[in-house]
Amino acid sequence: MPTVSVARELLHTMLGRVYTQEEFDELCFVIGIELDDVTTEKAIIRKEKHLQENEADEDEEVIYKIEVPANRYDLLCPEGICRQLRIFLRVEKMPTYRLSRLPDSSILKMIVKPETAVIRPFVVCAILRGITFDQARYASFIDLQDRLHQNICRKRTLVAIGTHDLDTLQGPFTYEALPPSEIKFIPLKQAQEFTAKELMEFYKSDLKLKKFLHIIEDSPVFPVIYDSNRTVLSLPPIINGAHSAISLNTKNVLIECTATDLTKAKIVLNTMVAMFSGYCDEKFEVEPVDVVDPVGRVTRYPDLSLRTMDVDLSYIKKSVGVPLQAGEIVDLLSKMQLTSKEIDGDKIQVSIPPTRSDILHPCDVMEDVAVAYGFNNIPKTRPKTSTEGRQQPLNEFSDLLRLELAMAGFSEVLNWVLVSKKENFTLLNRKDDDKIAAIVSNPRSSDFEVLRTSLLPGILKVMEHSKDVPRPVKVFEISDVVLLDPSKDVGAANSRHLAALYCSTTSGFEIIHGLLDRIMNVLNVPVDGYTVGPSNEPELFKGRQAKIFYKGSCVGSFGIIHPQVLKNFDIPDPCSYIEMEIERFL
Amino acid sequence: MRDADGAERALLAFLESNAEISNSEAFARDLGVDHELLAGTIKSLHGFGFIEAKDVRRESWELTEEGLVYSRNGSPEVQVFDAVPAGGISREDLQRKLDDSVFSIGFRKAMSNKWLETKPLVSRKVLKVEDVVKQQLLDVKDGKNLSAADIDALKKRKLIVPKVWKAYSITKGANYAPTRTKAATEVTREMLLKETWSEVAFKPYNFQALGQPTEGGHLHPLLKVRTKFRQIFLEMGFEEMPTNNFVESSFWNFDALFQPQQHPARDSHDTFFLKSPCKTQTFPEDYLERVKTIHEQGGFGSIGYMYDWKREEAEKNVLRTHTTAVSSRMLYKLAQDGFVPKRYFSIDRVFRNEAVDRTHLAEFHQIEGLICDKGLTLGDLIGVLNDFFSRLGMKKLRFKPAYNPYTEPSMEIFRQVYPLYGSYHEQLNKWVEVGNSGMFRPEMLLPMGLPDDVSVIAWGLSLERPTMILYGIDNIRDLFGHKVDLKLIKSNPICRLGM
Repeated sequence: MPTVSVARELLHTMLGRVYTQEEFDELCFVIGIELDDVTTEKAIIRKEKHLQENEADEDEEVIYKIEVPANRYDLLCPEGICRQLRIFLRVEKMPTYRLSRLPDSSILKMIVKPETAVIRPFVVCAILRGITFDQARYASFIDLQDRLHQNICRKRTLVAIGTHDLDTLQGPFTYEALPPSEIKFIPLKQAQEFTAKELMEFYKSDLKLKKFLHIIEDSPVFPVIYDSNRTVLSLPPIINGAHSAISLNTKNVLIECTATDLTKAKIVLNTMVAMFSGYCDEKFEVEPVDVVDPVGRVTRYPDLSLRTMDVDLSYIKKSVGVPLQAGEIVDLLSKMQLTSKEIDGDKIQVSIPPTRSDILHPCDVMEDVAVAYGFNNIPKTRPKTSTEGRQQPLNEFSDLLRLELAMAGFSEVLNWVLVSKKENFTLLNRKDDDKIAAIVSNPRSSDFEVLRTSLLPGILKVMEHSKDVPRPVKVFEISDVVLLDPSKDVGAANSRHLAALYCSTTSGFEIIHGLLDRIMNVLNVPVDGYTVGPSNEPELFKGRQAKIFYKGSCVGSFGIIHPQVLKNFDIPDPCSYIEMEIERFL
Repeated sequence: MRDADGAERALLAFLESNAEISNSEAFARDLGVDHELLAGTIKSLHGFGFIEAKDVRRESWELTEEGLVYSRNGSPEVQVFDAVPAGGISREDLQRKLDDSVFSIGFRKAMSNKWLETKPLVSRKVLKVEDVVKQQLLDVKDGKNLSAADIDALKKRKLIVPKVWKAYSITKGANYAPTRTKAATEVTREMLLKETWSEVAFKPYNFQALGQPTEGGHLHPLLKVRTKFRQIFLEMGFEEMPTNNFVESSFWNFDALFQPQQHPARDSHDTFFLKSPCKTQTFPEDYLERVKTIHEQGGFGSIGYMYDWKREEAEKNVLRTHTTAVSSRMLYKLAQDGFVPKRYFSIDRVFRNEAVDRTHLAEFHQIEGLICDKGLTLGDLIGVLNDFFSRLGMKKLRFKPAYNPYTEPSMEIFRQVYPLYGSYHEQLNKWVEVGNSGMFRPEMLLPMGLPDDVSVIAWGLSLERPTMILYGIDNIRDLFGHKVDLKLIKSNPICRLGM
């Protein structure tokens, strides 16, 4: 979940009263955000610089770190959090976000060239006129872009935001896609001109920006936005031009969002303007931009219209489990930034503001009713459903065998399914023939390369870590291995195995052999119901190993672990081992 | 010679009429037993309080090798004297008759004793000599006392050396009896057969020591807790889902759950994707179409996510990130087989491509419960969670709104920390998150073909976290995986969860 830093002072000012930390914590809990940490600006800096935690100054500004739900993009800045809390506490009424009324001819244009289709086809824009920044607002404006980039924009792959001082530019604007060598400009924070090609090289050493290069790197054309004087606004999704950089003194801001996903671009643009239009001379008023697509269609952005959704009152009441009146529901929804009214047919019509892109279905409205009502005020009931408890036969069977193994003197271990290729093959004297094991494509380390095809590597690793345990050691595991299986839709299947190992100063082969007899005994397989036959498993010692046959097919093997395998796992003492499939005995 | 039993009987008998044995060594000699053997008997009798034995340190004398030879053959001076014939003998001839050492020592000594003279033949000066040294040596050997001057002389000639004897002085002990019956430690079959058990004295049992460790095997603590959770679900009427399929398609793991394809959980930083088998090829095609539609355009009252849904993304195989992948298969199957109310549960492994540390592993166990029925409410979910968690000893719960792509409403479950539920490192009266819950979204259920008045309430938690709290383990790797301490497996209490 994303975390947003909010100054405690600001919160108290905005909420119109002082909250103790406990009170604020409780308020967060009720609406589903979380006070994650309490710190100060200086403490954060100290932490970043790895300085000793000095005694905090009394006058340091206290900062609340607040975790917000991943689908509430409107809560990614202090403005949004305060607005939601004020509305929830009925300190503030829902604002109405609106477009400024301008004659069509005065509306700035963004003209999209067809070449952009191959790399980043969408752009949406808006203008914040007459905005007043101060230090805090400016920092918040930058932070919100960062958080949107990190979250809904999926690290700028889906959407990238550029903000510009409109007064330095001359519309109309063009959104183009050009070969990198043809794009030349002074990027933000630099003094000299680079071609886009040079920039890609230059930013390879930039810790922040190098992560975004891959998005366009391999494309023959790069997206770029120009004004009518061929001033580069930005090279999305990498960097803006230095020319149009915004500052504390900027009054008019052009916001452009380029994207591969238009829906998300619209959400991002709406979030930006909804949060910061509150600082404009005309509060909550946004100046639109007409985006002209390659075939000449004009779309006006941002779209701040209210979405309406009709929701059955009975659906809400039945789902929440509280017999609420229509009026109560309308009232509760108003705390959650949703205006609604009762309409015919036991329904309400809900108006969804541009800030609530998370509302997809009436169930989202129902949830807001429940949140505003308070989850913890809903009376407990019991589902009337009467059903029968039942175990999976394989699990019940495994549990019975686990008890038998423990009663036979073996102690249970529980190992990971993920092992390294080396452990699953090489160290067991085995070769990977690509035919049995499922392989992970993106393991974080070699420890998680492959799904075990037998329980042996895990058990040998246990022995490797149990050198000091008094001998004899007797361990077992009943768990799943995974084997490739073309007959399954996913191409692999689990197989439940039983494995047991005896380790002492002597190999104790007859003890493991005796365990096999015992297992067969509890499986009600008579002595003549199974046979052992010669085997040549590479992980077992020659002449001291055998395959186990049941009803004509091999179900496993047992033997002394090969001395080379013991050496590979750094096990100083001889071990005997049995492993068998058990699903056939079910 | 007497044996140990004989010595014991003699010793106890002696004390019956005598107050003390002042020197066990002398007593052993009189008895004709080796003192070492007697010492063993003394220690044993002392241990049982039959006698009171005190250490006596005594110095006695022992013959050297040389002394031993002289005690047999006579002293060298006497040997030299005896070798001198009545008519005298030349010194050279005398020397030839004797050992070199005997001659050199004996001649000098005999001369200084004025037994012989040389003029120049060696001849006797006295008629007869007595071998006093030999007799003294024999006396030392027998333990007889010699005068200090004699001892000194022998010592000087290195014929005797001092020897320290450890012996005991013995008196009657608190439990003295003229004969002892040995205290038994075990009731034996013989005692029962001969019915001697009532007469036998038993050695007091040492209750300060631990008993003998038991033999037998042990179950893994994590799975002991799993067993209890299974029992709780079964008692509450839940049916177990088949979860033995770790490899799952993105379709069932994410898409079927209305989790959009750009969701961060589908990132390679969070999910293990498979190189082999890399993708799933068979899906229920009509259902897959409905899933695609709900993502792209919505439906069933939803506006959907409005993006281009890609089949290739859904085909990608993953290690399931939650057992809800199994729930989605089960609910789909339920819709195909014809809806009946169900309560399902599962406890099995899930996989996350996360960095491993004290609290995170790449695989862990997820506990999941769900109820599928018509007309379920949020109140039902709260009620059932209270029923479930109160069986775990968590009587007081609170719920916090949360976000999850496939549940709406979504509630995080918090419990108040109780001393009973292993709050060994936690502050009391604090609220701690114990799980997640919610109602599955209609966008998940309706494309499956479930009737539109059917709801599903569900919750999940990890198995490792409560186990770590119950057993006081603060590093998950000590619990799950090969670094486990076998001692931990052998030594942990029964799991009383749900009792």
